Amino acid sequence: MANQKSLAIIATKGTLDFAYPPLILATTAAALDYDVTIFWTFYGLQVLKKERNLKISPLGNPAMPMPVPMPVFVQMLPGMESMATIMMKQKMAGKGVASIDELMAMALESDVKMIACQMTVDLFDFKHEELMDGVEYAGAARFFEVAQHADITLFI
Amino acid sequence: MADQTLDAKGLNCPLPILRAKKALKDMAPGQILAIEATDPGSAKDFESFCSQTGNELVKASEDGKVFYYEIRKV
Repeated sequence: MANQKSLAIIATKGTLDFAYPPLILATTAAALDYDVTIFWTFYGLQVLKKERNLKISPLGNPAMPMPVPMPVFVQMLPGMESMATIMMKQKMAGKGVASIDELMAMALESDVKMIACQMTVDLFDFKHEELMDGVEYAGAARFFEVAQHADITLFI
Repeated sequence: MADQTLDAKGLNCPLPILRAKKALKDMAPGQILAIEATDPGSAKDFESFCSQTGNELVKASEDGKVFYYEIRKV
């Protein structure tokens, strides 16, 4: 499309909650006929994993609404992270919020391009086989090649 | 009379828009997609979706908890 708008996102976070913004914005922009690219770096790479196991923790996040007030020394007990993750997933499903797996599938279906930062792949000793097929591996220069033509650029 | 209907009740942002986009993809220009949704954010979102994609929002109404939309494909 000649006048197609484009969106370039840098996604740096790998928790269950922060996997949402890049994928919600990418899928929505694709639905609005944008050409979309997400550059996943640092912890964002966790979202690209085939076997993704994203978690959420109330630790260090006093803004997270909790069903009951919970002191920090309780939040750090073993199993609390898994429990918070299960509760958040249940809450999301109950409210009709898409899962990350669903959003990722829809992003790929609508041709959102995924670039993994090769430097952080090396840094974390991730193997290309661990990440989804069809991901492009590149560095910062590649991001600018995409972003220079983008109408909107976001860092998340 | 709608050519196709989409039940987006119970779905939250951005799913109603994504499902609508998918439904419109398989329709012919001029055809009408009727949508039911419960996400209160969908009212503004369908307006914005249509103004940006060129599709025409021919109807937008609300009946208690359910929002009804009709979109004519461009």
